[in-house]
Order: sequence, then C-alpha cells, then structure tokens
Amino acid sequence: MSASRLTRRAFAAGLLAASLGSRRASAQGFAGLGGEAGGFAPVVPGRKLIFPQDHGPHPDFRIEWWYLTANLKDAAGNAYGVQWTLFRQAMAPGPQREGWDNQQIWMAHAAATSATAHRFAEKFARGGIGQAGVTAQPFVAFIDNWALRGDVAMAAATLSPLDVTAAGKDFSYALRLTSDHDLVLQGEQGYSRKSERGQASYYYSQPYFTAQGTLTLDGKPVEVSGVAWMDREWSSQPLASDQTGWDWLSLHLGSGEKVMLFRLRQKDGGAYFAGNWIGTDGRSQQLAPDAIALEPLGFTEIGQRSLPTRWRVQLRSHGLTVETKPLNPQAFMATSFAYWEGPISFEGDQTGVGYLEMTGY
Amino acid sequence: MSRALWILAVLLSHWRRHPMQFATLLIGLISATALWSGVQALNAQARSSYDRAAAALGGNRTAMLVSPDGNAFPQQLFVDLRRAGWPVSPVVEGSARIGTRSLRLLGIEPLSLPIEASAAPALGTADLQSFVLSPGATLLSPQTLRELELHDGDTPEISSSAKLPPLKAQAELAPGVLVVDIGAAQRLLDMPGRVSRLLVGSKDIGARAPLQQVVGDRLQLVQPEAETDLERLTDSFHLNLTAFGLLSFLVGLFIVNSAIGLAFEQRRPMLRTLRACGASARLLNGVMIVELTLIALAAGLIGLVCGYFIAATLLPDVAASLRGLYGAQIPGELSLKPQWWFTGIAISIIGTLGAASASLIKAARMPLLAAAQAYPWQQAQQRWLLLQGGGALLIFIIGLVLLWRGDSLVAGFAVLAAILLGAALGLPAILALALAAGERGARGPLTTWFWADSRLQLSGLSLALMALLLALGVNVGVGTMVESFSRTFDRWLDGRLAAEIYLNAANDQQAAEIKTWLKTRPEVRAILPGARAEVKLQDFPTELIGFADDATYRTNWPLLEHTADVWDRVATGEAALVSEQLSRRLHLSIGDHVTVPTDRGPWPLQVVAIYADYGNPRGQLGVAFNGLIKHFPDVAQTRFGLRVDPAQVPQLVEALRDRYQLGERSLADQATLKAVSKQIFSRTFAVTTALNAFTLGIAGVALLTSLLTLGQSRLPQLAPLWAIGLTRRRLAFVELMKTLAMAAITALLALPLGLLVAWCLIAVVNVKAFGWRLPFEVFPLELLKLLGVALLASLVAAALPILKLLRMQPAQLVKVFADER
Amino acid sequence: MPGAPMLRVTGLTKSFSSGPDRVSVLRGVDFSLCPGERVALTGESGSGKSTLLHLIAGLDQPDSGDIRFGDEAVSAMSDAARAAFRRDRLGLVFQQFNLIPSLSVADNLAFQSRLAGRQDNAWHAELIERLGLGHLQKRYPEQLSGGQQQRVAIGRALAVKPLLLLADEPTGNLDEATADEVLALASDLVRRTGCGFLMVTHSDRLAATLDRQVHLRAGLIH
Repeated sequence: MSASRLTRRAFAAGLLAASLGSRRASAQGFAGLGGEAGGFAPVVPGRKLIFPQDHGPHPDFRIEWWYLTANLKDAAGNAYGVQWTLFRQAMAPGPQREGWDNQQIWMAHAAATSATAHRFAEKFARGGIGQAGVTAQPFVAFIDNWALRGDVAMAAATLSPLDVTAAGKDFSYALRLTSDHDLVLQGEQGYSRKSERGQASYYYSQPYFTAQGTLTLDGKPVEVSGVAWMDREWSSQPLASDQTGWDWLSLHLGSGEKVMLFRLRQKDGGAYFAGNWIGTDGRSQQLAPDAIALEPLGFTEIGQRSLPTRWRVQLRSHGLTVETKPLNPQAFMATSFAYWEGPISFEGDQTGVGYLEMTGY
Repeated sequence: MSRALWILAVLLSHWRRHPMQFATLLIGLISATALWSGVQALNAQARSSYDRAAAALGGNRTAMLVSPDGNAFPQQLFVDLRRAGWPVSPVVEGSARIGTRSLRLLGIEPLSLPIEASAAPALGTADLQSFVLSPGATLLSPQTLRELELHDGDTPEISSSAKLPPLKAQAELAPGVLVVDIGAAQRLLDMPGRVSRLLVGSKDIGARAPLQQVVGDRLQLVQPEAETDLERLTDSFHLNLTAFGLLSFLVGLFIVNSAIGLAFEQRRPMLRTLRACGASARLLNGVMIVELTLIALAAGLIGLVCGYFIAATLLPDVAASLRGLYGAQIPGELSLKPQWWFTGIAISIIGTLGAASASLIKAARMPLLAAAQAYPWQQAQQRWLLLQGGGALLIFIIGLVLLWRGDSLVAGFAVLAAILLGAALGLPAILALALAAGERGARGPLTTWFWADSRLQLSGLSLALMALLLALGVNVGVGTMVESFSRTFDRWLDGRLAAEIYLNAANDQQAAEIKTWLKTRPEVRAILPGARAEVKLQDFPTELIGFADDATYRTNWPLLEHTADVWDRVATGEAALVSEQLSRRLHLSIGDHVTVPTDRGPWPLQVVAIYADYGNPRGQLGVAFNGLIKHFPDVAQTRFGLRVDPAQVPQLVEALRDRYQLGERSLADQATLKAVSKQIFSRTFAVTTALNAFTLGIAGVALLTSLLTLGQSRLPQLAPLWAIGLTRRRLAFVELMKTLAMAAITALLALPLGLLVAWCLIAVVNVKAFGWRLPFEVFPLELLKLLGVALLASLVAAALPILKLLRMQPAQLVKVFADER
Repeated sequence: MPGAPMLRVTGLTKSFSSGPDRVSVLRGVDFSLCPGERVALTGESGSGKSTLLHLIAGLDQPDSGDIRFGDEAVSAMSDAARAAFRRDRLGLVFQQFNLIPSLSVADNLAFQSRLAGRQDNAWHAELIERLGLGHLQKRYPEQLSGGQQQRVAIGRALAVKPLLLLADEPTGNLDEATADEVLALASDLVRRTGCGFLMVTHSDRLAATLDRQVHLRAGLIH
C-alpha cells in the first residue's frame, strides 16, 4: 500500500498507468515515477534554462508541475498555509495531438490550512480542448476556474507579479505574489539529481515571493500576508525504481536565506539526500548529501498511516540545526493520490516558517 | 426452554401423523411465496435495468444542461462552463448499428464524469489510458456482446462504416449501450467539436458563475427526474404483473388458511390435554407461533427457489414484451439482491401468521374444558353466512364507489379486487341458498340428505370453493380480454398495415434513389411517403406521423370516431387524427384544438378523428405529410409504404434487398410486420396466461386438500347411512356427486364473475394502464371450455378421497359406532 | 388416616348458565383429603362431582369458596401458576383417555414428566412393566384397546410422581372386567407412590374398594 500513494513532486508518470477508478498509483516505484522514460525526452546535465519559455509546458517530458506554497498571517497574528499545484502528465510520447486525442492529462490540488482546519480540493482535466493548460507568454497556468496568472507587467526573470486563485467547496483564496529577486536554479544549474543512478529533473524556484490577499475558510474571509515559494520541475523519470517516497522541506530562514532539501527513501532503508542553500543575494549553493541529516521527532497517526510531522534538520556544512513543528499536524491531502503537505515553523539556530511534504507513507 | 422444545415436538408430531395435511400447508405456502416472489423478481430485474439505463452516463438521474432545441452544441460551452466553476461533464449520444441491431452509442469524458452519474463503477477501474488513448475501447454489457455474437477485442463496423474501438465487456453496463471516449464518439457520429449534453455533478459544489452569464440562453438546466420515461411507460405493465402476483399469493394463502384451520380443529383435543397436563396457555400459544414461523421459513425458502425458477422461465417473455412494447432493454439473466430473499421470507412468514391468525386467536381463547353440549353448527353457520354475506355487500359497495369516483390505474385494480373479494365472500351465502333450494325441491330421503349434508359440508369446503371461484373468474376474465384483444388487434392490424411493403432507407439520398427506381417498376401501384417527428404534449411523449393524401388510408385506416370529411381536412394540414391514448390523456374529442410545438413555431391542429393505436405507450398524432415536412424540415424522409400487386411482393422485396442492401429492419413485407406485431402481443399476454394457469392449478390443489381432509371427518356422517343399507359404492357416488354439484354451482357463478372481471379489465384497467379500450366480446365456446376444465379439476380433486372411501374396510365404519365419540 | 389434610376445600360454590337460567352445581362444598388417602367421590349424573374434580385440578374456577393445597390457594392462582401446579403436583385421568394421538405410547407416558422437567427413567420402566405396556411402547393410541389406552393415561399421570392423582370416571368407557383390572393397577400404583387419590365414579362397587367414600347430592357433600 505504501508504494501506492502519490506525492508531491509528482503526480507521476504513473497516474495513467494506474487506474482512475481506484485512483491509486501503481506499485512500480512511487506512482510509477520510477518507470522507464521510454520515448520521452531525457533529462541531461548542462541544459541552460531559458525564460520565459521554460515557464511554459514541456510536453515532450512525461511529467511537470507548477507548485506554490505560502506561509501567511492575518492581522491578529494567526498563521495560515496555502498550496496551489498544477500537474501535467503525458500519457504517451510523440507529437501533440489535437482535441480530445491530446495525450496530456492535467491534475491540480489546492489547499488552505490553519491551526485548526485543513481544506483541500482536486481537479482533473484532459488537454487539447482548453479546459486546462499553461502558456509561457503571457504566463498563465489554469484548470477550470483555478489559475496562476502573470500580471501584464510580469518579468520573465522574476516571475513576478503573479495572481493565484483557487476555490473548493469550503475554502477559496486570491493572492498577489511579488518578488524582486531573480529565479533560483536548484541542483546543479537547474539539473536536480534524484538518485545515484542518474535519475533527475529540471528544477528551478522562486523562493522570495511576498504574498498578500484574501483567504476564505469555511465562509469566513480574512486578509492575509506573508511569504511564498514557487517550484517548477519537469522530468521523464525522476525516481529510481527502488525509491518509495520522500520527505521534502522548504525553509524561509529568519536571516532571509532560503533552504530546500529532500530525502528520497529507498526500499532497503537507505536514502538519497539533496538540497540547496540560497543566500540573501539569490546565489544557490548545492548541499553535499552527507552534510544533510533528517531525524523524525514526533509522529501523527492519520487513518492507518503514521507520519513523522516533527523533524530535526541539521545542515552540518552551514552549522544549522533546527526543529520543525507543523501548524496543523492533520494537513493530510486525502486526494486521489494522497500525501501530507502543510505549513511548518521551526526554532533552533534560526527561526522561521516553511513547508513540509511527505509522500509514500 | 426445554419445556417449549418438548411442546414444539408434540405439536410437530401432528404433522408426522398427517403428512397429506402437512403437504397441503407446504404447497399453499410454497406456491404463494413462489408466485409472489417470482413476480417481484421480474419487476425488480426490470426496474434495476431501467435504473441502470437511466443512471448510466446521462439518463435523467443527473441534472443536465441541454440546448433548448435538444440539438448538439459546441463543446466550447463545456470549456467555458468548467472555467466558470461548473462541475460539468460532456456527453455525446447517437445510435450505432451493428449488423441488424441498433444500439445507443454514448461518448463520455471519464475524468470529469460526476461520480453519481457513473452507474457503471467498473468504468472507473477500466484502464483509463487504454480507454482514452487510441485505439481506445468500446464498453458494453456482456449480454449485448453475446447477443451480437462478438468477442472482447473485436472492432465491428457500425452503420456509418466507421469501425468501433475494440469491444470490452463491462458487467455493470445496461444492455444495448455502447460506451466510448468522447473523442471517439464525435468521430464515429460525425459530430466534431459538438456535444449532446452536459451532466452537472452535484458533489463538487463550489462558487460558480450564473449560467446565463456564461452561456446566455444557449443552454438550459434540466433538473434530475425521480422517474424515468421508461419507468413511467412501463409502470402499468409492472402493475399488471404485481396484481396477478398478489392474486396468486392470496389464493395460496387461502390454502394455507384452510390447512391451518383444519389442523387446529384436529389438534383441539391435543391442545386441551397439553393444558391439562400443565402447559400454560401463553407458552402453548407462543410455541404454536414458533411452529408456524418455522414452517413458513422452510416453505418460504423452497418457495423462493421456485419463485426464482418461475421468474427465470418467464423472464424471456417479459423481457421480449418490454423490448417490443417500450424498447426497454432487460438482461436475460436474473440477478437478485439479498433483500429479495429477505422480503420473500418475510412475506412467507407474515402471510402464514396472517392466514393462521383466526386459528391462533381461537386457540388463545379456547376454554380448557370442552363444552358438554353438541356444537350448534346450524346456528353458527347461519351467523357466519350472514356475516360474510354482509362483508361481501360492503366490499361491492366500496367497489362501486371506486368505479364511480376513481380515476387511476390503482383505483382500477382496487375495483377489480373488490369484485373478486366480494364475490369470494358472498359465495358461501349464495351456495347455501342454492343448496337450500335444492333441499326444498328434493323428494326422496336420499336426495334430501344429499342437499342437507352438502350444506353441512359447506363451511369445510367454502375456502377451497372460494379459491376455485377466484381462479375461474380471473381465468374467464383474462381469457375474454385476451381473446377480445387478439381479434380486435387482428382486424386493426389489417387496416393499419394496408401497404404491402414497408421500407426505411439509410438516408435521404438513398431514399431518393430507391424512389426513382421504384417509379420504373410496373408492379408498384403507389409510393406512400411517411415521416415521423417526436414532440411532448403537456409532458406526454407524442409522435407525429405524416400521411400522404392517398386512397389507401381513406379506405383502410381504422378510425374509432371521425367527422365526415376527415381525410380532406387532414390533407389541408390544419387537422389531425388523434390516437386514443392521446385523446384520453389530453381529454381531446372531435372538434377540439391542439397546438403542437415544432421547429417552425406552434402548429395549431383541429381534431377530426380518433383512432386506435394499440400497444403504443406514446401518444400519436396523424397529420398531413406535407404539413409535417413544412414544420419539421429536418426530419428524415426515408420511410415509405408501397402498394404492390400482392403476387409480386416477394420478388420486389428480394430485388430491393439485393439492389440496396436493406436489412430486416429496413425492409419488411406486410405479413412479416403483422407476424412480429402479433408476436409482441402474444408475449405480453403469455406472462398473464402463465400466472393464470398457476392460479387455477393452485385452486385445484386447494379443492383436493379440502376434500381429503374433510374425508376423514365425514366418516361419522357416512357410517349411519352405510349401516342403514347403502353400499360403499353408492355412498362414494353420492359423495362424488355432491362435490361436483358444488363445484358446478361455483363454476357457473364464476362465469358472470369472469365476465364482470373481463369488463373491468377492458373498460377500466386497460384504459388506465395503456390508454386504449377494446370492444367487449363474449366467447361462449371459451366459457364452456373453462366450465369443463373446472369440473374436470373438481373430478380429479374428488377422485382420491372417493377412492379412499371405496376401499375403506367395513371395520373402519363400524369403529365409528364402537368409539362412539 | 394419619397427618393433616393436604387438600382442603371449604364453602365451594359453582354455577353454570344454561340458556336464560343459571344452574347451581355446587352449593357450598366442604371436603378434605390427607396424604396417601384414597377417596371415592360418588353421586348421580349432574350431582357436580366432575365439576368439583375440575375445580380441584384448577381446570376451572369456583364462584366462591376456597381450595387449598398445602399452604397454597389453588383458587387464587393465575392461569400460568395453575398450569404449573397441575404439571408438578397432580396426575389427571379422564373418562376419555385424552392421549395425544400423534405420539407413541412411550412418548405419551413420558409426556407430563418431561413437561415438568423431571423424567425418571427407572420409574418409567417400572410403570411400563407394571402396567403391562412393554410390548406396546411403539404403538400409537388408535392402535390400542380402551383398557390399554386408559393404562397409558394412568401411567402418564403417575410418571410425574404427583402428590395427588385425580381420576374422573376412569373406567367409564371400559367393561367391568377391564375396569376392575385397571382400577386395581391404579390403586396398587397409588399405594406404591404414596400419593393421594380422588376418583369420581358412579359405581358403588368400585367406590367400595377405596379407603373412604364421599357422596355428593344436590351440590352438597353428604
């Protein structure tokens, strides 16, 4: 069962190999992410990312996502988290087909979290007919009535300003995102390794967004503001077949620095670590795998699952040790592909906020 | 507890010593449960397929958005609505023909399909990728796959000569439906970029823009309906089945009631002894209820199994009638839900306890000490007859009131039930009068005794005779109705199908070619063009048929009522013929006006005639062909009838088939059409007739068992006669005569009752159920035949007890005196 | 006879309606019976002797008066209590043999004791032996002669080891020789169990064989 739950960084090449009815991913790696790239474009080191083109879709690659998380506060100081994700997956390689024959499938997740509530919704759509899609210029990523849209004044290098909207049965939000920092290339100039055997993705982020807008939870609107982090990633085969899931963290340090790190868990109990340290100047520095240590401190039982929602994070190379705790330990995304994703805060050598994502539990 | 068990064992020991009586009880219960649950199984089967058809992907169980004219619309509206927050899913619908079979082709979009609309959960587990991506898949029910004689993976061609994606059987789908991806459907049906309707999900309620703001008036919202068209149309058919099932159930319970009543009488001394030896009344009654429940449980289970087989036997006929009459697709294999078994058992237990309630109450009230004086049976019988006669009268009055005030099918059946129940209750009183009259007219001592003793037997036999009366009455009634129908239908078909050949071309172009060719053929005397359009008149589905102005219709088309210049008026395009169903439904009579909504605006028509349209669940309007084309310019003009020299028909049919590849459904001669129509109707009534036969059989069993059980208790009455000097042979003959006399009187009474039932079926139930009324005819020969059957049944039923009497040892007769009970 | 009476009847009255009239059958009967005592109750037809027996057995209820069995007032018991009383303390034998036609001889005999929940197999075997029913055990009542049937009935009444055996004209349907034989057997067995015995009979000859005779006339004991 554990291998059948999906993930963040993926709604996976495996979505479609999996059945829609049970809407469960296959057991092949995590949601089929470990499958062969067969026929899709390979991820190779050294490719230079070009903007605004790379803000748009890469249909030759099997999977791709536009991933936004925000840590917000209202006037009274109450903390909130917001997630907005659009996934693209190609059912088959080759030239893009017209209309209903188009091989792209789109999936989106949106969530709003407070200390006491966690609301989420999901959407599915076929490509080719205009129900969902992404264009690079002007930048807009949409599915049904959810959208992540660039302002006319948007700069390709900063991906700012953006407007994001989503609505579910019991929540909705509309936020404006602005940043004067350039985009940050993760991994090695945007080439992000996912295993020792060469599985990788293209990966860049905008971790410097400030966010402002309205969040409505259970019918009560509040004005909120805070920080946001956007990830862009695409690949054809990002996981090795023995990798079962991951733990991913984004941290907004009190010093203004940013940290992204993840651990890909293996069947044999081992793990692959990776991450980047992003300075206040926007310079990104790859973290050495052996410099990262992650240790679960506390678990939350959700249904049949036991999830490590409190962590100790150590980055030896930067002399940083922090302990994280979730804003709402019940921030579980019980969507067709279920995973845990929610806002966190941390204390220790530095204080701050961030997001935690855990898949494959 | 062990005390109760011990009492139960004692009670049950009675049945061991009276196996025949036990068999009677079981037969009654089993047949009651079997017929009831059999009919329920048929109904449930049909209903679940309607549900499936309705819920499956775009029936009217889900709210929908459709264009006001019902036509397909651009799929961009779907996208616009999704982007405005509407949880809609597109559906493309059309028909596809595989071989000669016409099927419903549905194109769906599985990702947006509302959960509540996908009645086929297996659709979800189907491999999405293989469904959506080329070559895709065609999902259909296993039954349809079998009927088409195709296999998983086949890619048959459909009429438009396109190939279907590979077939894949899905058990949850309704028969007759092909489900493909929406993209495939648009290609197959030649509807690029267009959809037939949008399903609106109800689960995903978020903020959404007002409909008007998104699509203007191009789409309108249709709320889900609780009942489907198919359900509405077939309601009456199922009500008919239910009514007959209920009747059989009641007849079965008659048997149960008499068997239990008799057992109680026989066990009366045993119950007293049990009480005297220290079993309390409460315990004893409790154990008796347990005993009956156990028997009902066992018999109910057997009955359910029998009911299953009855349903399985009748299902092909029921399915064929429903398909023939209403186009409803019912799977040919029974699939029953657990609740069917539970209700079956519950019905059996409730029925048993209901039938036993009189005996149970008697047992509870039974005094411990037997009354010393002889039972005043004469006085008691008088009171009982008066009471039942009064009840009968009351029920008749209720029936009359219902007939006068009622206006629904249920009221119609209530009238029928009142007639039957009243007649049954009144029977003993009428029989008593007849027997008393016989007694007064009797001369010799033996004949006097004959009548007097018959009267004494009356209370014991009355239930069986009531069952016989009911079974015969219903048989006469239904027989008369079916016979009336078949004669009327034959005459009607002759007039209705006046053209020798009926033809439906594949498209307008082919129709034109065929017409041109036919004009060159000398044997073709006339070509009668036809066209059809569908509308709703006050929500009643109605079809318009176009008539060419031709002598064929003037001389042949059967009319019930009409004005003098009917056909001239129709030809002007301002008048219409109205089917009987429609005239009753909308209360239209000659001279009234009706306005039909058409593609070119409202079309006012005056009613100039009413005609019979047997078997059509929809309403029908006959109008001028030219007028129809004018108001519905898009209708297919592919149908026509041909007047041909009858001798030339086979050659012409063959020539047409060869030349234009027309299938069975596109080209038929008059004789074939008539045969098919008659077959549909004979199947409709086959079920009724079968249930009827069952009922008569059960009544025969009831009579047999009553006579058998009476036989034993009648010894004390017969022994003195034997002692006085009547031979056993003579006694047996007298006994036989008595039984036959009572059966004959009952059967004679059943004749007028049956005719009354027939009248009620024809003039009340049919009119309400189907919307048409038959001329009422009486068939004396049929009545005589039934009379014979009734007497034969009584003879057979009486034979066994009589044989027993004939073979009785004198010692047993002597014993009557020796025991001196 | 020794000891205090186990059955004491005082001031018992009972009347029945007959058409428009009421007929007083018992008009204040006083009667008692000691443990082990064998009493014959005699009287003309309609003198009320069967009615008295039925009232003592709790089969019917008196209009007034008191029936005490030991410390218990039978006349004040509920239906269920009277049923239990009959089952556990009494044995009943009637003129009509009142066997259950669908049960075998053995089952009929064991019937009441099973109902009472105290079956004693050794005692049953002894009864069957003494009543001479050994070869008839598997037969059904209708296959027996009158005398045989009444012996089964007596066996059934005694199988439960009652405190009191009540018999209503037990030999009324039997010829004289059989009657004597059946009664002798019954008396013998009553003595063997030590229970009380009250027999209604119209035969002075049979009455004379018991310990005491009580004569009922016009609803009163004489």
